Amino acid sequence: MSSIKRKNLTPLQQQYQDFARAREPQRPILANCIRAFIGGGIICTIGQGIQWFFITYFNFDEKTAGDPTVAVLIMISVLLTSFGVYDHIAQWAGAGSAVPVTGFANTIASASLDHKSEGFVLGVGGNMFKIAGPVIVFGVFSAFVVAIISVIIKSLGGV
Amino acid sequence: MLQGHQTWVFESKPVIISSAAIGGPFEAQGNLAKDFDLLHGDIWLGQDSYEQAEKKFLEQACETAIKKAGLKKEDIQFFLSGDLINQIIPSSFTARTLAVPFLGIYGACSSSMEGLSFASLLVDSGFAKNALVGTSSHNAACEKQYRYPTEYGAQKPPTAQWTVTGAGAAVVAKQGEGPHVVASTIGRVIDMGLSDPFNMGAAMAPAAVDTIEAHFRDLNIRPSHYDLIATGDLGKIGHRIARFTYKAWTRHPDREIDRLRHFNVQRRPTGLRRSQWLCLCCYNYLRASFKSYAKRGTKANFSHSHRCLALPHVLPAKGNHTLHCPCSINRNVKQEADVWKSLFWHLSLVDLYV
Repeated sequence: MSSIKRKNLTPLQQQYQDFARAREPQRPILANCIRAFIGGGIICTIGQGIQWFFITYFNFDEKTAGDPTVAVLIMISVLLTSFGVYDHIAQWAGAGSAVPVTGFANTIASASLDHKSEGFVLGVGGNMFKIAGPVIVFGVFSAFVVAIISVIIKSLGGV
Repeated sequence: MLQGHQTWVFESKPVIISSAAIGGPFEAQGNLAKDFDLLHGDIWLGQDSYEQAEKKFLEQACETAIKKAGLKKEDIQFFLSGDLINQIIPSSFTARTLAVPFLGIYGACSSSMEGLSFASLLVDSGFAKNALVGTSSHNAACEKQYRYPTEYGAQKPPTAQWTVTGAGAAVVAKQGEGPHVVASTIGRVIDMGLSDPFNMGAAMAPAAVDTIEAHFRDLNIRPSHYDLIATGDLGKIGHRIARFTYKAWTRHPDREIDRLRHFNVQRRPTGLRRSQWLCLCCYNYLRASFKSYAKRGTKANFSHSHRCLALPHVLPAKGNHTLHCPCSINRNVKQEADVWKSLFWHLSLVDLYV
């Protein structure tokens, strides 16, 4: 991708971009990875704790405890977003807080809050899925493709 | 009068008789906090939306500037203003409040200097006795409109910049006390093909260098003609790249390039790491900081470069200063609304004389 992009540039542009890149700070990839690991790990550990709580104190088994666990995580995340805490966590943890379900909840909650001033229907309703929308679209689409492949394999006598 | 390729020289030397700057909470914590006329602790300003808050910022800046000039708003002949919101709404609504003949301008980050150039042109040509110029930006409104708010949860890279929450206004008149606008160089759009919206410094730097060099070429002067060449908008990283580019593209000695200074109105807010801030120039920030700069100027040793990021208030009492505020950022309209194909920058440069 980047090589195609680069081909469209003139030699001067390429030269300048190399020149500029050498003089700007790079993303600290290793530090970001470690932070993502720690941040994501903590979120998942909390999720595991909640699941354990549901299994121990309520009438859930390992399979059914998943849904209420996710619901609780989403609620916690939306509360943190509303109180203006989640963005600080997200800036620190990066992908660690963006990938779990909490990140998904945050994008919807923050986009809704952001566009509240434009009204409830066209503002909140229209922009709620601004960030989450693509995830849903491609998630549903890829699930559909995988389902079709699985059906074909099964009908051909596969697993 | 046109001199050289792209430089206007104002023979009557219009005067910036007053200026005002209103800032938000991050600006209040910044290095130039004391040069603001009014600082707000709340980015909403009691309004229902960020856009309305930005309008309020601009209205306050205009009122303050007019008051400081000892004028009434009826005395203002023309109002030129621009901002970053769609259809330059804050400017238009401020013009409604002021009820002054209005010229809306859009040059993104160059709006402030573009406005100052036009106002000086109006005054110099005799088409106006005075003109009010203003510009505003609001961090949250900007992020919402064309960037990516941190609240959405994506980690910003170290090169990301921060748009100022605030507004500035200045009154340009034929006569009076204050800095004179001597010349103005209109920059070209330089597209170096950078397409990362989180790296505006690098996108803007070549335009800055090009315009500054054009200014020297047109006026047939050297960087040493100025005591200070101030940049704000480039951010720390953009400024560094601009200096290196300047060094690579021209043959000026290092000590002359050291005159290229960076002004930073903010300190980094929490939640973002090592980010650089986009300084949308507030006029006062020009004027007031130059004034205090002039006061403290004698103490500062100018020949060796000290960290320009910190305090920019250093300027000898007499001399010329170039101020520029890049830059313009235009979305490639052929692309889908939210995809930034490339960033173009241009810049206007105003030569001030105190």
